Amino acid sequence: MKGAEILIESFRKEKVDVVFGYPGGSVLDIFDIIYKSGLRFILTRHEQGAAHAADGYARATGKTGVCIATSGPGATNLVTGIATAYMDSVPMVAITGQVPTRMIGNDAFQEADITGITRPITKHNYLVKDIDELPRILKEAFYIANTGRPGPVLVDIPKDIQNASTDNKYPDSVEMRGYKPNYEGHIQQIKKAAEMIMAAQRPVIYAGGGVIISNGSEELTKLAGKAGIPVTTTLLGLGSFPSTDDLSLGMLGMHGTKYANLAVQDTDLLIAVGARFDDRVTGKVSEFAPHAKVIHIDIDPTSIRKNVNVDIPVVGDVKKVLAELIKNIKKCDTQPWLKKIAGWKKEYPLSYGKGGLKPQFVIEKIYELTRGDAIITTEVGQNQMWAAQFYKYTRPRTFLSSGGLGTMGYGLPAAMGAQAGCPGKLVFDIAGDGSIQMNIQELTTCVLNKLPVKIIILNNGCLGMVRQWQELFYGGRYSSTILNSKGPDGEKGITFCEENKCHPYLPDFIKLAGAFGAEGVRISKDSEVIPALKKAIESDKTYIIECIVDPEENVFPMVPAGASLNEMIESMA
Amino acid sequence: MKHTISALVENKSGVLARIAGLFSARGFNIDSLAVGETQDAAISRMTIVVRGDDAVLEQVCKQLNKLVDVIKVQDFAGKDFVDRELILLKVSTDGKTRHEVLQIVEIFRAKIIDIKAKSMTIEATGSDSKVDAIIDMLKPFGIKELARTGKIAIARG
Repeated sequence: MKGAEILIESFRKEKVDVVFGYPGGSVLDIFDIIYKSGLRFILTRHEQGAAHAADGYARATGKTGVCIATSGPGATNLVTGIATAYMDSVPMVAITGQVPTRMIGNDAFQEADITGITRPITKHNYLVKDIDELPRILKEAFYIANTGRPGPVLVDIPKDIQNASTDNKYPDSVEMRGYKPNYEGHIQQIKKAAEMIMAAQRPVIYAGGGVIISNGSEELTKLAGKAGIPVTTTLLGLGSFPSTDDLSLGMLGMHGTKYANLAVQDTDLLIAVGARFDDRVTGKVSEFAPHAKVIHIDIDPTSIRKNVNVDIPVVGDVKKVLAELIKNIKKCDTQPWLKKIAGWKKEYPLSYGKGGLKPQFVIEKIYELTRGDAIITTEVGQNQMWAAQFYKYTRPRTFLSSGGLGTMGYGLPAAMGAQAGCPGKLVFDIAGDGSIQMNIQELTTCVLNKLPVKIIILNNGCLGMVRQWQELFYGGRYSSTILNSKGPDGEKGITFCEENKCHPYLPDFIKLAGAFGAEGVRISKDSEVIPALKKAIESDKTYIIECIVDPEENVFPMVPAGASLNEMIESMA
Repeated sequence: MKHTISALVENKSGVLARIAGLFSARGFNIDSLAVGETQDAAISRMTIVVRGDDAVLEQVCKQLNKLVDVIKVQDFAGKDFVDRELILLKVSTDGKTRHEVLQIVEIFRAKIIDIKAKSMTIEATGSDSKVDAIIDMLKPFGIKELARTGKIAIARG
């Protein structure tokens, strides 16, 4: 079998049902086989789009996402998408073409040392130098990508290897001396954890993306319910525990709810599950959960004691460890604690003011119409935080967002990938006017592949989150964050609509929707939101709703970077 | 604190860069790094000497263990181990100083491996303190060239 055929065969064997990518000189042999293979291949308009789409597909389905790019610039265009997947532990296999083996290192046309470039942002990577090794390497790549703590694996295949033949078969199993993920938590540690939980007066569960990755949401919900422990989640943990549940505290950290942050600062036992104590969660580490003992459950031993000291570490798969923990636990007397939390919830609900169309209002209405049954992807910035705060996630794999890397331009291609993986689902990309422009070319891919993603552009005429930081911490000097009317010298720039509170700047997103073959509507009043959303939901087309929102609106509460979770800014007043 | 870390790794291209990358990404300077095959030609042993904060190095060792090509990692800090380093040193000599240099070589149980009218080349092995000591003793004669392998180490018992 030829190298390119082995690759397609590996997709079949690994049950890959869709591949995202972009052709080029060094992958022509692979694309020639794809042409005849019947494989569902989605041609994106940029390799970064392919990587994010594979990522969105993986997060939404739990399967491994696959993307293909050519050597050199094709491969380097994948880098941001690979880094995004790496930071958020997304299973992905990225295939890149490479110049022929005899040319490697010669600065050949479209050559880049992509295994060198992606070494710090992949779980593992391979440069295939011998055709006989290709079947084993591909098997290992898929195995490494979606076992243990998942992550992206890159396989760089030189052009001559794609064309060379081998009799070696695609193996059924892998044997690697250095890679043996441990799924079972140590039973004694779990028993100790159970005792500590039952002895706690004010326990809090802090759930991260690991709960979703391990499909442990059901166990988490059972544990919280059985023991009566409130649950706060990280950004990527949204959906791991139903936010409609009485025990839900919503998100914690920089833009978490005040009651979640107060609970964490007051807790005597923090049970971290599949979370890694990111700085956006902890704020000032030395003042994070100051009265708490810490139990940390994670499949990755390097996550433990990386940022905070841990009293009981349990290394293992979250789902399995939680199931074992449930068996060892009885109902705890947390009533006084839950009462205190209920008081905080009443006193400090998430809220927003009036005046103009508020982005939070738009997101609340999306929830009202979908009842939490949609997949929400976000871009990065204020749009992302509002989407995290004001939509209620009740199911895992319904909130897809670039958490660790914070990649603007993630949302649209990720939504496209999610829609390809979940054709029956309603998929929304909640975007800002800044972020959406970073990968807007993928509108074409959505339209041509009949992926009816709904894109909500919260247009505030600026790079909102950066502007918010400038407002709060840089004396309102809005250096390069205002996208609307001002030109480079502060004079009036190019405008296209002055009436109706439009933020008049280029591009005109609605004309753009039309140019790409999508549909679009611009709204600026509360009363227009529901009709526009209904129309978008009913449409089988890719659809943009551009919401001209209050440009002054900020994300609150906010813990300034480096401050402790008690030091929340709650409004501009 | 100085740590001597030993890693058994797959003997493949790119592995060294992966390992070195874990240190450099944290801004650590590697004092020395020695690599060679073990009794199994498919496995190499890397001995890395690095200075750094203990907690951060514990994290680095865990990260090393996580690498797919790494089979086993040991940090010898606080443990019983033996280590050796090999140096080749070319020192200036003449008729007057040759005898004195020979005496030093003998005391350190080193070897002369090349001799010319104006220089001698010496091979010495030992712990880093012994190696440093012989270098110090020979410095006054004029060291023309020096090559150190970096430390290799193995646990006792």
